[in-house]
Amino acid sequence: MTVVNDVNDVEKTAPLPLTEPTAPASSPAEPPAEAEDRPRRIGGLTRSGVLSLCGAAASGLCVALLLFGQLAPLSGALGFVVVAYGAFLAAYAVLLGLEEDGPAVRDRVMTVVLWSAATLLFSALVLVVGFTLWRGREALPHLNFFTQDMQQAGPLDPLTNGGIAHAMLGTLLMIAIALAVTVPLGLACAVYLNQIPGRFSRFVRTIVEAMTALPSIVAGLMVYATWILGLGLQKSGLAAGFAISVMMLPIVIRAADVVLRLVPGNLTEAAEALGAPRWRTVWHVVLPTARSGLATAVILGTARGIGETSPVLLTAGYTAALNADPAHGPMVSLPLAVFSFVKSPEPTMIARGFGAAAVLMALVLVLFAVARILGGRGPGQQTKRQALRTARASKRDAARFAEAHAPALSLFDGESS
Amino acid sequence: MASAEAGSGRPGLHDDIPRRLGTARGTGDRIFRYQLTSAGVVVLAIMAAVGLFLLLRAGQALRATGFSFLTTAQWQPDVHRFGIAAVLTGTLLIAAVAVTISVPLALGTALFISDVAPRPLRRTLVAMVDLMAAVPSVVYGLWGLFFLQKNVIGLSRWLSDWFGWIPFLHVDGAQPGDPLASASVYTASTFVAGIVVALMVAPIQCSVMREVFTQAPAGEREGAYALGATRWGMIRAVVLPYGKGGVIGGTMLGLGRALGETIAVYLIISPVFNIQPHILQTGTNSVSSLIALHYGDASDFGMSALMAAGLALFLLTLVVNFTASSIVARSRSGAQSEG
Repeated sequence: MTVVNDVNDVEKTAPLPLTEPTAPASSPAEPPAEAEDRPRRIGGLTRSGVLSLCGAAASGLCVALLLFGQLAPLSGALGFVVVAYGAFLAAYAVLLGLEEDGPAVRDRVMTVVLWSAATLLFSALVLVVGFTLWRGREALPHLNFFTQDMQQAGPLDPLTNGGIAHAMLGTLLMIAIALAVTVPLGLACAVYLNQIPGRFSRFVRTIVEAMTALPSIVAGLMVYATWILGLGLQKSGLAAGFAISVMMLPIVIRAADVVLRLVPGNLTEAAEALGAPRWRTVWHVVLPTARSGLATAVILGTARGIGETSPVLLTAGYTAALNADPAHGPMVSLPLAVFSFVKSPEPTMIARGFGAAAVLMALVLVLFAVARILGGRGPGQQTKRQALRTARASKRDAARFAEAHAPALSLFDGESS
Repeated sequence: MASAEAGSGRPGLHDDIPRRLGTARGTGDRIFRYQLTSAGVVVLAIMAAVGLFLLLRAGQALRATGFSFLTTAQWQPDVHRFGIAAVLTGTLLIAAVAVTISVPLALGTALFISDVAPRPLRRTLVAMVDLMAAVPSVVYGLWGLFFLQKNVIGLSRWLSDWFGWIPFLHVDGAQPGDPLASASVYTASTFVAGIVVALMVAPIQCSVMREVFTQAPAGEREGAYALGATRWGMIRAVVLPYGKGGVIGGTMLGLGRALGETIAVYLIISPVFNIQPHILQTGTNSVSSLIALHYGDASDFGMSALMAAGLALFLLTLVVNFTASSIVARSRSGAQSEG
């Protein structure tokens, strides 16, 4: 990745000296050809570029105003934006065409188009999250929102009564159950896919990859069919936890598989060459090397699992009361609570729904931040403290070796110091 | 060859037996292998159980209706008149709207992050996209229900006023000239649900595409620049051909998510049980929201019918995913990243 990124740097920092030679004076017959032969600019702003951008923006706005106000029977805010943007692009292309050639004009116009696509997507996404947090501000300041359940609170009660403690507890219990299933099974399966290659493991990998986009409601239906219809058990937090783990399992396996594949081969080869059996190699070399990546895989799977509503909807039932026993009785999770709150027409219930959604978002955000901190490093890369610890350990080892084999290793003394 | 001839003179090295490369495994290793293999088998069994139990439970309903399950547009399982023609059409239309909106955005954003964005910004943008892919779907649903629904009416009206002559953009009961006409014909439509699902799947698609674009070989990029290409010329000549598999794979992955989305769609649409080809008009349906709507009050046979609908959805997403992963694996970028 860094190699790829460096390309543009090289281009920018080292301008090609093609225009420098004093050729034009020597051959007056062909100055135009010489003048055209200048290095291509890749990215970066120029004064004329900024000016034409501003000019095009102004002209686009004016064309749209003129069309909508005077000339054509157009109306609507969106139409205005679309027409203004189209006119802006056209004007920009024309302005650039005055001093650049065709490919350069296309490049500039497409750069603007890519900027606007990214801006549109990011602003829409920020809007989604910001809207939820903003609407959640009514419910969140009340402390009882975090400490009470909805047993004593009716739909008409003010926000000072009732809360989402039951949903928060339910989410924690369900995700704990799901993690208890997913982490050992998922990581073992990912190690299996990496360590024991063969036709069967390729088949398992294909199935797992196809299952990563398993519709979550199908996972819920499957547990509903086995647990509730098949075994005749009641809806409970345990069933919901299993439904979430069916959904999370392929996601965790796939992410962990990718991370394990990145473990450098020479590390495992070194372990094997020292005579370590396979399980020791995996336990002492492969897993510690990939630890941060594996943690990221699990955390990202957890973030997906926490946010899923439909498996919980089918398998956990709904309750307004705090239920700390996942094996018996209905249980509710945060997304399910959001879902049932906002189905009510009462504004206070909707405010509670947004509050619960904001809490859910915050939870996902925290998980994600933890995953970034852990997973920002590639396999084998260490923090400063880890590196220091490793250096100290190897220094100790070196001293130990030197003590034990002092005469035998005398050849290498010059190198080791 | 030469060394073989030279060695043939000596008696001991004459018989050319290949060295055995197998490893002698200890007991610990054998147990370890059994454990890992059994983990693989368990995972496979769970995944197979999803399809198997759905099939088992759906059998009753499928036997009762036979082929008409695919062609009936009603949902009255208790009088044995039900089928997924309407809900499947709705699912596909919502997914189609979602993919149509999300792919240009995701593609543009992925190219922007990999090649255009200022370098200090890139890590932040990547993190943001990945974070957005993890935002719970119910949050998108809330946004669609309480924000987009109100604000999109203008856009829907504008589209149907100007492009109503295109069959699928037509709206029954729309009054183009009348500014006071009721807006309720435009709400809770396929279009609104499609926009919400598009925002939900765009980050997923974007992150797959960006991953592939950044892997485009540096040598080829430099080659393109050395031949005098502009940045866009380089993208068209190197990055896009290299990342074609990733673009298609990411699109299909998003399509798979869009087909299976439940809660956001359920919150927004108002369910109807006839085939609704007009995407701007109120009322539509999808397989997953049908299940979420009816699982509570279904009889035994009704539950079986819902299982059959779930099975159809499951098979549909499975086909989409298999296609996606085989396209990605066969493309140049996919083949390289597999190694």
